[in-house]
Amino acid sequence: MASLAEPESRVSDDDFREEVQDFLAKNFPPELKGKSNALSALEGPTEESPAERAWREAMGAKGWGTPTWPAEYGGGGLTRRQTAILNEEMARAGAHNPIGGMGVMMFGPTLLEYGSEEQKQEHIPPICRGEIRWCQGYSEPNAGSDLANLQTMAEDKGDHYLVNGQKTWTSGGQWADKCFCLVRTDRSDKHRGISFLLIDMDAEGVEVRPIRMISGVSPFCETFFTDVKVPKENLVGEEGQGWTIGKRLLQHERTNLSGGGAMARLMGASLADIAKKYVETTDDGEIADRVLRDRIADFEIRWNAFLLTARRAGEESKASGGVSEISSVLKKLGTKLGQERAELAIEIMGFQGLGWEGEGFTESELQGTRGWLFGKATTIYGGSTEVQNNIIAKRVLGMLDHQ
Amino acid sequence: MAVLNDEQIMLRDMAREWTQNESPVTEWRKVRSGGDERAFDPAAFRTMAEMGWAGIIIPEDHGGSDFGWMSAGLVVEELGKTLTASPIVASTLAASAIMLAGSDEQKAKYLPKLASGEIIGTLAVDDTPRHDGRTGGTSASGGKLNGTKPFVHEAHGADIFIAATDDGLYIAEKGEGVSLSTRKLADARSHAAVTFADAPGEKLAEGPDDALDQLLDRARILTACEMLGMAQAVFDTTLDYLKQRVQFNQVLATFQALQHRMADLFGDLAMMRSAVEGGLQALDAGFGIPRAACMAKVTANDTLHKISREGLQLHGGIGMTDEYDIGFYLKRARTLEADWGSSAMLRNRFADIGGY
Repeated sequence: MASLAEPESRVSDDDFREEVQDFLAKNFPPELKGKSNALSALEGPTEESPAERAWREAMGAKGWGTPTWPAEYGGGGLTRRQTAILNEEMARAGAHNPIGGMGVMMFGPTLLEYGSEEQKQEHIPPICRGEIRWCQGYSEPNAGSDLANLQTMAEDKGDHYLVNGQKTWTSGGQWADKCFCLVRTDRSDKHRGISFLLIDMDAEGVEVRPIRMISGVSPFCETFFTDVKVPKENLVGEEGQGWTIGKRLLQHERTNLSGGGAMARLMGASLADIAKKYVETTDDGEIADRVLRDRIADFEIRWNAFLLTARRAGEESKASGGVSEISSVLKKLGTKLGQERAELAIEIMGFQGLGWEGEGFTESELQGTRGWLFGKATTIYGGSTEVQNNIIAKRVLGMLDHQ
Repeated sequence: MAVLNDEQIMLRDMAREWTQNESPVTEWRKVRSGGDERAFDPAAFRTMAEMGWAGIIIPEDHGGSDFGWMSAGLVVEELGKTLTASPIVASTLAASAIMLAGSDEQKAKYLPKLASGEIIGTLAVDDTPRHDGRTGGTSASGGKLNGTKPFVHEAHGADIFIAATDDGLYIAEKGEGVSLSTRKLADARSHAAVTFADAPGEKLAEGPDDALDQLLDRARILTACEMLGMAQAVFDTTLDYLKQRVQFNQVLATFQALQHRMADLFGDLAMMRSAVEGGLQALDAGFGIPRAACMAKVTANDTLHKISREGLQLHGGIGMTDEYDIGFYLKRARTLEADWGSSAMLRNRFADIGGY
């Protein structure tokens, strides 16, 4: 990825650390300390407070919400070492990164790699400033695990494409400004008939219907395109290159999803601490139920082995300059463990861990219930566990297709 | 695989080349049928010692290379892959006990000989068939040891025994007052009940209060390295077998049911490697060792257990034959799983360390 090459730094680490500390002292609103925007992915954006707005704008102006992206497009242009320093100082100050979403996690890195100069100039800076929300138009009712079966057509009309079709599981579709979409430009070739197209969500003919999920929230939508005109300059790469670009984006997606971690972090406390709060303990403060205690230790050991594996995959990729082959297992391992954790937490809490709404439950208990249900999606979206197993078996282990 | 330095890469490549070329599983078959109670090839061990493998953790001024635990682990992993029988692990752990708790005289007396392979050491810790981390059934008073250690590994080749007693760690030399009674286990390696009857022993008196626990944590991590090599070998062998065995006019590797099982094992193996390397890194850093040791051994136990069981199943009937290697791995796996702590025992310890 030439466009994300490691920049040279002319600033010493100590000077940079001082710069970060100064910046945080001047710009980070103390009332936001310890807050995060981690839940917004589940429940949608809330009204931005003046402090939140100021913090987003300050980070956006620096480009530090996307610290390793090139400065010429509004990124931070920082080295890995500087990014680590930035993260350390932000953690110390209790500051969260206000710039996020699919633009940062998936679309931006992909556009930096495949986009034209004009497209990068147009789309990357607003992502760095946290001004534009992107959503993903991949899945369709008949193109889930078999994504390449997608049928949404983009017909060539000379200066524009005319788009017709239906997307589903459009995360955050109802709040998004723009959509990066896989569309069909050629019916004669399943994979090479696919193109990568950027569509304005407020264009005429775009309709969004939220889907109510088992967790009670509606973070996903159905998106309908009816005779939507999309300018030709919104094609990323060449016509027919969409499958290649789209798969590359999925790698970014899986890297980010692999932390079923996000789900675990939402719950905060360790399982041992939850158990100490909800079940009987001995005089020594140990969990009295030895079987439960054993299962918690079992989970914690496997969870920590996963965290070490995620770190190792990062170190190996960095050392080799390619993607480590164990990256392929992170998504399925992290999401499975995240689900296990949520279920074990409920088992510990009993009925108190199944509260849906209303009296008798704390906010974090209610969030736990919703998080558990929402977390069921993690082994399905972004390439289900079964699809991951196919990829591992065929691409990494060299096991062949059934003839 | 952790990111290694040049020295470590060289050591690993050397170990890999030697084990694959000079010590494949056929060598273990020869040792097994040879009937030597030591259950290793002394010539092969001499070669290993000449390559410096017995002294990797031993300081340079005591004749070792002082390359550290990660380096020792890399070699042990390669030995595990081909089931190379040797007292390297036992002798390394004995040396580490002396480094941990021995006096300057004891270090000067034993470490250079352990590093060169001139003598072999082993641990005589457990008083019961099931390791529970407690000792005390063997007494030490007036420089004499009395008691029986029912299962001591590499006992037949050992020149010195590191014995856990009611008065801490002692070192006893073979000979006077030390007798062996062979215990043949399924893995066909060297195990014996070692009885100390007024055996002369010298206390390893200069260690920390928890010297035994520290020693056991080292044993857990280094044993997990051998298990990692075995798990990798079983996985690779099984994958190769699935790619060549034909049934229903298909190679087995094309069946999705089998592909998904292998993908699961591949993920488990990745986590096992991370946990084991995490243990070695903790040892080299001297930080967070008890927790890392529990993680390494529990993960190694559970993963090797699963991979060896699945490996045999996926080989089908042929895996049940003595002619195929897979059975050797299964039998050795269960011995090492019982070594220095079952998963249940170590999860209990992990929870104790975590304060819950």
